[in-house]
Amino acid sequence: MTGTPTPAQIAARAEARDQVRTELRSRVVSGRTEPEAATPRVGPEDVTGAQSIVRSLEEVGVDTVFGIPGGAILPLYDPLMDSAKLRHILVRHEQGGGHAASGYAHATGRVGVTMATSGPGATNLVTPIADAHMDSIPLVAITGQVASSSIGTDAFQEADIVGITLPITKHNFLVTDPADIPRTIAEAFHIASTGRPGPVLVDISKSAMQSRTTFSWPQDLQLPGYHPVTKPHSKQIREAAKLLATAKRPVLYVGGGVIRSGAADLLRQLVDLSGAPVVTTLMARGAVPDSHPQHLGMPGMHGTVPAVAALQKADLVFALGARFDDRVTGKLSSFAPLAAIIHADIDPAEIGKNREADVPIVGDLREVIGDLLPELAREHEAHGKPDVEGWWHQLDEWRRTYPRGYTQPEDGHLSPQHVIQRLGEMTGPDGIYVAGVGQHQMWAAQFISYERPNTWINSGGLGTMGYSVPAAMGAKVGQPDRTVWAIDGDGCFQMTNQELATCAINDIPIKVAVINNSSLGMVRQWQTLFYESRYSNTDLHTGHGTRRIPDFVKLADAYGCEGIRVEHASEVDAAIKRANEIDDRPVVVDFTVSRDAMVWPMVAAGVSNDDIQYARGISPAWDRED
Amino acid sequence: MSRHTLSVLVENKPGVLTRVAGLFARRAFNIHSLAVGPTEHEEISRITVVVDVEEHPLEQVTKQLNKLIHVIKIVELEPESSVHRELLLVKVRADAATRTGVLEVVEMFRARVVDVVPESVVIEATGPAAKLDSLLAALEPYGVREIVKSGTLAIGRGARSITDRAFERAVRSA
Repeated sequence: MTGTPTPAQIAARAEARDQVRTELRSRVVSGRTEPEAATPRVGPEDVTGAQSIVRSLEEVGVDTVFGIPGGAILPLYDPLMDSAKLRHILVRHEQGGGHAASGYAHATGRVGVTMATSGPGATNLVTPIADAHMDSIPLVAITGQVASSSIGTDAFQEADIVGITLPITKHNFLVTDPADIPRTIAEAFHIASTGRPGPVLVDISKSAMQSRTTFSWPQDLQLPGYHPVTKPHSKQIREAAKLLATAKRPVLYVGGGVIRSGAADLLRQLVDLSGAPVVTTLMARGAVPDSHPQHLGMPGMHGTVPAVAALQKADLVFALGARFDDRVTGKLSSFAPLAAIIHADIDPAEIGKNREADVPIVGDLREVIGDLLPELAREHEAHGKPDVEGWWHQLDEWRRTYPRGYTQPEDGHLSPQHVIQRLGEMTGPDGIYVAGVGQHQMWAAQFISYERPNTWINSGGLGTMGYSVPAAMGAKVGQPDRTVWAIDGDGCFQMTNQELATCAINDIPIKVAVINNSSLGMVRQWQTLFYESRYSNTDLHTGHGTRRIPDFVKLADAYGCEGIRVEHASEVDAAIKRANEIDDRPVVVDFTVSRDAMVWPMVAAGVSNDDIQYARGISPAWDRED
Repeated sequence: MSRHTLSVLVENKPGVLTRVAGLFARRAFNIHSLAVGPTEHEEISRITVVVDVEEHPLEQVTKQLNKLIHVIKIVELEPESSVHRELLLVKVRADAATRTGVLEVVEMFRARVVDVVPESVVIEATGPAAKLDSLLAALEPYGVREIVKSGTLAIGRGARSITDRAFERAVRSA
């Protein structure tokens, strides 16, 4: 119909519009991150903006906040003192608070919360926020901002943290009207925890905290542009089932999304039903038990030969919550060159970003796998199980020829791989392992067997050195009954070890294994391999035969922690045993290891995965007629 | 490289243009022009962005834009099924000797003179980019002193409204 609408039509449209607007405003949506029974209505209560923040955090279900006060956030810290529901843990550096919130979120699956003041407090959160953004961690950061009337005047401790964090948050807010506080906090938690999780920053001006306002709960969420798709398209599911049921050389390429969506149990069923081999990325270690016979280990730059080779030779790669990161694909154009791709992810922008998908599936992995299982069973019933025997013959041969392993260092010093392997064996799959970034991180991913999701915590995407100690602290707060080991390097440890004070004072008995090779080990490894062993600025002087600055055992003592030094293989087990027995204070074990140990296998940066080296100078002999 | 025009409907919130422009910058997408203004719904603003991209990255552009919480809807407006306009204001040297010639050009392009002083005129013209380029070429010999152009505005042909549908859809699924 064309032409000018009649007055009646205009009126009808206006009415329809008003109706939907009213609907939008009256919609009552709880911002809680977990489904709950109908929340009783609270308020309106006459409060200050600061009290409104505390009440909102309580109502949204927060129990722990990691933070440090300062000028602009002082009004919030006053009512925080009276909250019976919120435990505030005073950290020593905002970066530690942010990573602690991330470790808490990793270990519990709930939203981690951190608080900081304006200016430098807020900018110190930039690294943990960027880290959470890369690894899809549900995180809410609350920062104080200078008074509304001072915003934009370069006031003392003013920083445009909303502007600064635009590219590294899922979303962020500036609140200057105290009436907006409860709704904004509800929206922040909703955004952080739904869809692809991520960090959300709420910057609240000091004047908003000091003004009177009313608090009521639950809040209407006003997010007309935010509708994560969780339900996959049934046609795509059927297509995926068909491909998976007919592939001769399938591989399930499992990423961290499986852990974020809580789909590990369903994934296990898919692995069993499909009979396909499975690889778990750095972010997905534990999503499938390492003991599962179909598990080939980790793919990528430091992945196992069978995992890397399986992807390279596969005719079908089914990516589940993975994003074809360069550390997994190597040279992208030669990654899995023979494979059709099924790509399931909750974030549509990941699908086709790096590798074209033949079957794109947008949805929450719980729903994707849940829908796929009966569809795949139907395919099997109709056409029989796929013949993957030949594939397994090949895979098993790779597994026999290229098992996980390492050589003893030639300098006679302690082998870091041995330390980490024993740590995993003696602590067991019920422990939680939190790594920093570098060689120790890769060894911890390789040489510890993970049997459950959320037991391996690390900084995968951003690669944040210093992640381990504060994240372990957060994990221990979230899972107080589990043994939590921070597996750290001597470089990483010196970036954030101030949080040992927080741990000691707040009764958070983490254990720290410093894999002390007296250097920035991974950088040194690259210097050995690619820079003719010219060791530019990688020597840290913390190991055997050095001045030991700092001496980590003395440092542990200074922080009220138990310090243990281990220099010989014969002492490793006793030290781990003792550390595991201590539960009334944090423990730091300084394992001084050989600095020449290297991480293998390795695919050099930018090189094809076909050129993986099992150990230095040793390339697998592929079937050359391929 | 090809040029695409996207209409991006966004919540009318402070900073939304920064979010959109910042996304283009950090994802290394190339903006050719950008125009933003209100719509018939006070809650919704409309950004018309013209981008130079390959086909495949265009999909990335829209998907990444869709991830911005304030973005409600994105529609690509194909040239054949939509109307594209730019606004041009141009200051041209025009004295007693040349004014007639300048005015003839103005007439030919159905432009308008909006300011006159003895030595120059300001001309206002709207149209698709190609028409404005031709106008500028025709004015060039007289001496172009200053040019200001808006970004492209575009709207689909036919009776259907993308804002109405976006608004209703947004509310339905909220």
